[in-house]
Amino acid sequence: MKTKLFILLAVALSFVLAGCDSDGGKGSKTGMVGSNAAEKVYVAPGEHDEFYAFMSGGFSGQVSVYGLPSGRLFKIIPVFSQDGEKGYGYNEETKPMLETSHGFVPWDDSHHPELSQTDGVPDGRFLFINGNNTPRIAKIDLRTFETTEIIEIPNSAGNHSSPFTTENSEYLVAGTRFSVPITETDVSIKEYAAKFQGMLTFVSVTPDDIGDMNIDFQILVPGFDYDLAHSGKGPSHGWTFFTTYNTEKASTMKEVNASQNDKDYIAAVNWKKAQEYIKAGKFKTMPANYLNNEYSDHTHSATSKKMTSTRVLIPSECPGLIYYIPTPKSPHGVDVDPSGEYIVGNGKLSADLTVHSYTKMMKAIEAKAFEKEIDGIPVLKFDQVVAGVVEKPGLGPLHTEFDGKGYAYTTFFISSEVVKWKLGTWEIVDRIPCYYSVGHLMIPGGDSRKPWGKYLVALNKITKDRYLPTGPELAHSAQLYDISGDKMELLLDFPTVGEPHYAQAIEASVIKDRSLKYYKLDDNKHPHATKNEKDTRVERKGNEVHVYLTSIRSHFAPDWIEGIKLGDVVYFHLTNLEQDWDVPHGFAVKGANNAELLVMPGQTETLKWIPQSVGVFPMYCTDFCSALHQEMQGYVRVHPASANVKLSWGLGDDEKQGK
Amino acid sequence: MIKTMALFAISMFLLVACGEAGDAQLEKNASSETEAVESGAGETAGNDGLGVGPIKSVTIGDLDKAMAAEGETLFTTNCAACHKIDKRFVGPALAGVTERRKPEWIMNMIMNPEQMVKEDPVAKELLAEYLAPMANQSITEDQARKIVEYFRQVDSK
Repeated sequence: MKTKLFILLAVALSFVLAGCDSDGGKGSKTGMVGSNAAEKVYVAPGEHDEFYAFMSGGFSGQVSVYGLPSGRLFKIIPVFSQDGEKGYGYNEETKPMLETSHGFVPWDDSHHPELSQTDGVPDGRFLFINGNNTPRIAKIDLRTFETTEIIEIPNSAGNHSSPFTTENSEYLVAGTRFSVPITETDVSIKEYAAKFQGMLTFVSVTPDDIGDMNIDFQILVPGFDYDLAHSGKGPSHGWTFFTTYNTEKASTMKEVNASQNDKDYIAAVNWKKAQEYIKAGKFKTMPANYLNNEYSDHTHSATSKKMTSTRVLIPSECPGLIYYIPTPKSPHGVDVDPSGEYIVGNGKLSADLTVHSYTKMMKAIEAKAFEKEIDGIPVLKFDQVVAGVVEKPGLGPLHTEFDGKGYAYTTFFISSEVVKWKLGTWEIVDRIPCYYSVGHLMIPGGDSRKPWGKYLVALNKITKDRYLPTGPELAHSAQLYDISGDKMELLLDFPTVGEPHYAQAIEASVIKDRSLKYYKLDDNKHPHATKNEKDTRVERKGNEVHVYLTSIRSHFAPDWIEGIKLGDVVYFHLTNLEQDWDVPHGFAVKGANNAELLVMPGQTETLKWIPQSVGVFPMYCTDFCSALHQEMQGYVRVHPASANVKLSWGLGDDEKQGK
Repeated sequence: MIKTMALFAISMFLLVACGEAGDAQLEKNASSETEAVESGAGETAGNDGLGVGPIKSVTIGDLDKAMAAEGETLFTTNCAACHKIDKRFVGPALAGVTERRKPEWIMNMIMNPEQMVKEDPVAKELLAEYLAPMANQSITEDQARKIVEYFRQVDSK
């Protein structure tokens, strides 16, 4: 009965929505919203979405997790940026995650979430994402939805063509969108053409529960801008393709000067060949300065490892390692279809869309059909490689994904639309507007061997009038389309966090049953863990005071501390004794110069506090935990530096004193 | 302190008095309790004092000291933040609990507290008195049984 009533309401609502198109003169704002659109995106209270969608946070540096088809936001996972909400990058345990060779870098620009794959299919183990500004790749463990590793990419800048996995996540890749002098030295910017170079980095991932990332090798390449990448699959497994622009090697006014050439290149890298060269010792060891930060679910702490060199392959010394495929007009995305045969070059300034053939590429390599060489890299003849052209599809093609049913979907930034076309015949079969200026698009599994070709999300760059205005800054808009039929159908419009350049989605069932509910206290190996109230204590080591405290609904033990002196550095090591799902406790102390702690059940986290004045400072639980949450509070007394006092602490009528 | 105890004793008396008449077991327990221990809520019919949850019957034999020792360790980690043996804390004092409650009830309360405080009449009354709902510490059946053994050891002394 309730369901029926709702459907009726939903239908009525969507009718009203479709009916009241009132933006006079600008054309339809709702587009072709079908009468049953509301029904298709409605996930009833208590019901679960069909897909998890992971959206990059762009200049927020994070990842946001949405449900599809509802467009509901579930979580923001802190990755490259400090997050006061969770204490990430503020508490002592996670600070090392944001360390780099440039020191502590508490922000980045995250672009491309990439799910780990097995046999070319997203397997739900990990999500990887690149940091563009200070080149890094992060790994998020999808059991905990927490960032568990960040590796810095040395001899690089503008880590944009990243992370883009191979078929079994053997490798993630990282290419320099900003070529730089390598190794990094001080040279005249005007000498760009002669002295700047690019680097293509291959990061290995161990095939276990840890997914440990390591830089396996790098390839030194000409100083173009390496923009995006995708790896081959099926027959083309073993190859990775990178788009380039600025093959003009301009160093200033790139808006004009990097758009002169009729064709730029897609770099095709044979990484299996690279492995052979590495094994044969044909690499140069180059100095490199980078950090690899790893978080352990057992110690609940991160550590930084300093690395000092990488193995670099030089194309002129490694025949067969890399080829350039000419591709019209500053190609942006390079997308490999589910069969692994077609390589789409989305020439963003081109009137047509160019599709290359893997089979033809291999034949051209065998026949040495080269038009020239650049720094030892053969350039294949365009007409020997091209499979077909989608003619006049729209303006400003950026990215293509696939539905697994023989169709491709390409975004057009300038003409603000998604165009559906058929692989093999290259005919355009449908087009639908986006609101406004779409960048990436995402079909769940849409860059894998087996797309779930049911929905498409357009990730737009411009929002304008889509939502209630919120001043000059607007949330970027995303639109959900139903692509299960012949015609694409707009279902839903929803706001996003930061700028979700790219997103990936996976069927919820692959992940949800593996999701961790709490950390086992028995497995807590944090060096400052306190596993029961009996062991709670306060210790002084010179001017350092370590408070070993615990939380459970609804008190801290201890809940009062005296004997701290001005000039002391206080570390609150809080262990959450709860062993139940969804019972974190927060911890905050007045005047702390960082953030709160948000401690998951069974976890230990540390807040550093340097009191700035004498007085009594309340501390309390920040995450409403129980009916008596408001009572979950305590006090810390700070004495003058000269005071002759002992530490004392307690809970209830249990009182203790330090030495 | 004496005043509090007196108040406590009176309230306990009232609670006991309000319990089901003729509950011999309850009266026996009540009379053996000290002021410091939990004021007993009445065991009522409905689940025969077994509580609500996965545990339907438990076989109790001679006291197993090894089990009790493991139970004590589990109690210290998972329970002691809210329960003391000899005094009321966040939750009731636990001395005499194996005399007041059936082992099934104790294990169900440990393993299934959310449902117990909603459906079991005794647990409901305890929540009304103590206000803080008992935390679910994800204790397994085997662990809960060991904690019961620890309580038996405490009560045997």
